[in-house]
Amino acid sequence: MDTQTTKGASARPEFTEAVATTFWQRWMQSDIWHSYKRSPVIIVSSLTFILLVLGAVLSPLISPYTPFDPASLNLMNGFSKPFAANEFTGDYFLLGTDDQGRDVLSTILFGLRVSLFVGVVAVLFAMTLGVILGLLAGYVGGWLDGVIMRIADIQMTFPSIMVAMLLYGIGKGLIPPDLRDEMAIWVLILSIGLSEWVQFARTVRGATMVERQKEYVQAGHLIGLTRWSIMLRHILPNVTSPILVIATISLALAIIAEATLSFLGVGAPKTEPSLGTLINVGRQYILSGEWWILLFPSLTLLALALSVNLFGDWLRDILNPKLR
Amino acid sequence: MTGETPLISARKLGAVFDVSKPWLNRLLAAEEKKFLTAVDTVDFEIPKGKTFALVGESGSGKSTIGRMIVGLQKPTTGEVLIDGEDLFSIKDQKHLLSVRRRIQMIFQSPYASLNPRWRVKHIIGEPIRAFELMPASEIGKRVEELLDQVGLAKSDGEKFPHEFSGGQRQRIAIARALASNPEFIVCDEPTSALDVSVQSQVLNLMKTLQRELGLTYLFISHDLSVIRYMADQIGVLYLGRLVEVADRDTLFDNPHHPYTRMLMDAAPHIDAFGRTAEIVSGEIPDPINKPSGCSFHPRCALAEDRCQQERPAVRELGAEKAHVACHLSV
Repeated sequence: MDTQTTKGASARPEFTEAVATTFWQRWMQSDIWHSYKRSPVIIVSSLTFILLVLGAVLSPLISPYTPFDPASLNLMNGFSKPFAANEFTGDYFLLGTDDQGRDVLSTILFGLRVSLFVGVVAVLFAMTLGVILGLLAGYVGGWLDGVIMRIADIQMTFPSIMVAMLLYGIGKGLIPPDLRDEMAIWVLILSIGLSEWVQFARTVRGATMVERQKEYVQAGHLIGLTRWSIMLRHILPNVTSPILVIATISLALAIIAEATLSFLGVGAPKTEPSLGTLINVGRQYILSGEWWILLFPSLTLLALALSVNLFGDWLRDILNPKLR
Repeated sequence: MTGETPLISARKLGAVFDVSKPWLNRLLAAEEKKFLTAVDTVDFEIPKGKTFALVGESGSGKSTIGRMIVGLQKPTTGEVLIDGEDLFSIKDQKHLLSVRRRIQMIFQSPYASLNPRWRVKHIIGEPIRAFELMPASEIGKRVEELLDQVGLAKSDGEKFPHEFSGGQRQRIAIARALASNPEFIVCDEPTSALDVSVQSQVLNLMKTLQRELGLTYLFISHDLSVIRYMADQIGVLYLGRLVEVADRDTLFDNPHHPYTRMLMDAAPHIDAFGRTAEIVSGEIPDPINKPSGCSFHPRCALAEDRCQQERPAVRELGAEKAHVACHLSV
């Protein structure tokens, strides 16, 4: 017993010298950072994503015009071409304007804000719901597992867009007309969130069923911990890495679902347009030659969804040692 | 079995598992429900400060008995009395916690028994917090004491379990088991996942702790040499039944039951070089369809007609009063 401890103590100092102490040093030595540095695709996509998020968050400060303030709009600015000054007023619009004379760059920045907000909040909602239901199904098991997983199975048989449209329709019917525009975003979040929780629940359930068998959980039972305490403090920390991956991939899906719903006219209202609403507006002018009203919001949506998706794929690979 | 009142007594302990297929499958295949009797009317007592060992092959019900004794699993029949109290009949939560505090367990796998996301100091301190044994400010000091007691450095508390070897992890598991000042610890094959050289260190540590803290152990193992080193009294399990219970020296010097003798012959001996070892013949039978009569009769060299029909009762044999369930042993 003594020999073992002294041996361990003498072997360890040289090892600890190599181990970084601060969080930053540890991060710089980690596999994740190493893999990040060597992958140009991920560097580009993560920088794109950060740029888009900054644009969305700072949109009230950095957008050159205030496109949703009717007083600032000038119809003479309508259909200004991109990369040129308007021929009547001399105002410069980098990405052109729409029929009402709104600056396309500014509407994109504000639209990004709506798209990202809906996406992030919907994923957080789906994640909370899915993780709690998945933990319950996996840990408690029995009839509760049966009920939760059958609901999930039924949910999976409907395309998520249909679920979202159904909920959106119900929500619209229940909300008084004068509140509809304000509530539209929240109905959107609820409907997208409800159609995405199944992924989280399934993954967490599977991981929970594996962890539940382990002896550290039994050690928790021995000292009389409650089920909630075991689920949240012991099991949850051990099932988080797949949750992170699914959250990233779900974010891309949620952004696309939001854009689809808004494009179909059942999403974000025109007074508070998201990227999908903007694409829908631009669609009307594509054949009359004003291509920029459609193209620039579409490119932004593409960049956003693609960068999140690529990042999610990379995260899945890096967190799963078997795929490396 | 000894004069004093036992700390732990198992009374007619039984565990039956329903291993039937789901209802619909059973209906379609016209099958009956199937039950697996993992533990069958097991009786034993553990006096305070002693080590009782359970030995048997895989599937003999060793671990199930351990789980029932610490209250992880409710016995189907019979009861476990801890200082005269049955854990499953206590309704008062506070009292239940106070009884739980007195029993702990050390698990087989040092890899699965420690939460990989927790720092060692939190793992060891958790029972103290759960039982509210001391104010939060004093827990850190107690954890350092415990680390010291099991031969680890105080600074090891800051690390995560994956930074340790198997033997060191088992020391952490022992420290956690000691944290609530228990009187009784169930050790479920605590060394079977370790290297032989580390095994002896861990076993020595456990013996030292038993002496210093007056602990009572239920020691579960399939390794006869480990059992011989640790146990005061030994119970031999076969298909969920105790076939022989005896003091250590009695059992090793003078085994009565043919199964015990078979186990002894199968274990490697230091003086057995050049001799052909007698191999345990046959496999442990299917516990769902147990053999009739004495469940050992298909493998027993001495078996008679009676063994096939009549289940042997436990008899006291010899001057040392070994408890043996066999028709033929004398």
